[in-house]
Amino acid sequence: MLLVHHTFSKMALASVLSGDSADFSFDSSQSFAFGGGPGPSGLGLEGTPGDSLSFSVKNPLCVGDDDGVERKIEFLHGTTTLAFKFQHGVIVAVDSRATAGSYIASQTVKKVIEINPYLLGTMAGGAADCSFWERLLARQCRIYELRNKERISVAAASKLLANMVYQYKGMGLSMGTMVCGWDKRGPGLYYVDSEGNRVCGDLFAVGSGSMYAYGVMDSGVRHDLTVEEACELGRRAIYQATYRDAYSGGQVNLYHVHSEGWTRISQDDVLVLHHQYKDQA
Amino acid sequence: MAARYDRAITVFSPDGHLFQVEYAQEAVKKGSTAVGIRGKDIVVLGVEKKSVAKLQEERTVRKICALDEHVCMAFAGLTADARIVINRARVECQSHRLTVEDPVTVEYITRYIATLKQRYTQSNGRRPFGISALIVGFDYDGTPRLYQTDPSGTYHAWKANAIGRSAKTVREFLEKNYTEEAIAGDNEAIKLAIKALLEVVQSGGKNIELAVIRRNQPLKILESKEIETLVTEIEKEKEEEAEKKKQKKST
Repeated sequence: MLLVHHTFSKMALASVLSGDSADFSFDSSQSFAFGGGPGPSGLGLEGTPGDSLSFSVKNPLCVGDDDGVERKIEFLHGTTTLAFKFQHGVIVAVDSRATAGSYIASQTVKKVIEINPYLLGTMAGGAADCSFWERLLARQCRIYELRNKERISVAAASKLLANMVYQYKGMGLSMGTMVCGWDKRGPGLYYVDSEGNRVCGDLFAVGSGSMYAYGVMDSGVRHDLTVEEACELGRRAIYQATYRDAYSGGQVNLYHVHSEGWTRISQDDVLVLHHQYKDQA
Repeated sequence: MAARYDRAITVFSPDGHLFQVEYAQEAVKKGSTAVGIRGKDIVVLGVEKKSVAKLQEERTVRKICALDEHVCMAFAGLTADARIVINRARVECQSHRLTVEDPVTVEYITRYIATLKQRYTQSNGRRPFGISALIVGFDYDGTPRLYQTDPSGTYHAWKANAIGRSAKTVREFLEKNYTEEAIAGDNEAIKLAIKALLEVVQSGGKNIELAVIRRNQPLKILESKEIETLVTEIEKEKEEEAEKKKQKKST
């Protein structure tokens, strides 16, 4: 089989979606043409920041730039997402605010992507990038399951995602995600971003509010938390981040990943939580 | 009628044969015998060693090759074709470790090899691989596995199998003698493999090459001394069996 790839005549997206290139195993007889840059109507971040929905914040140091795409990925991801492992699995907590500059575009964004019944991915950075690539990841995971008659491991799923976006390194993708799940090795948590980082860890917080969330998490996290305590810790960490970070807010969405898969625990408006915590104190 | 439909691989004959594939299977039948046995905690591969010319160094042609730490294969057929398949399989084993962070399962690498072989039965300008392979190993969870592939690209799991010259005889022997007790222990499984090969190999232990994988241990190729010891044990057991039968007859 001869596959001729012209790097610039074939759209990057088309080659990713066509069955062979998305093949799991490397075949040395096929060339890897993930194409030159994003196609004309494709993945490029376009339009003025005011038009497109994103979790990203305009870099205050470069006021002159109109086009958000050209800028190096130094801008903060306007969000707070966190995940941590403990004895009963993984807790995933996220806020739900989307900003375009200083305009709050939405307070009800779903930043947790349900890849499959036992894998979750979080969203930070460009909304389109995150949801697109994680949906593609879901497709790959399903193909793996069908071919190998067993669930994909969290390590493998995060590796697939990392390898997919690494092809586009330097081309303006903006994605900082945590892949969380439970596989035969136990609870799994990986941080993957569009820079090509992929790290395994017990605890991560991603986004502009991450520092505030780390403070709360680090002071409260233990391996032997109960499910209740862990959920409350995640919830509190996100709440505190939304309290201080202007670009985080809305609701706190909480998920728990355990051996049977993930469960949606709760969705709490931060204003309600604010009064709750005030009354408690 | 075969004459008109056996040139190109991509042409079916009117009665549904791919003659090139069938001819490839004939080439396999000419190769030296290989036998594979799946025990409880051990998997065994044995091959008939072709006698080497006087000036030839013995160890350059190996018919049993490791694909990874926990998987190995033996083949029957065209050695040159086997080299290509083995190379691709070895690369794939490492690629899998890289992308999935797990070693391959025996089934996965067998499927990869079978897919590779099938691709060559459906391409322009290429002929099928003229080898059948016996792939053995242990999966991550400790289950022993034995698979066989053939030039058409199909693969099946087996408890014990043989390929190459006189494969039928060996397989019949195995069908008779593969019992739970025959594979109860590691040594028993190895002896069964040797016995099976002795059925068709001339001049005994010298022409047998044996490799074993034990759970969580790498491939081990038995030295000729060890094989000789086992062959003598087997012959002793045979004699004892014959003695017992004699006694039964006389009483």
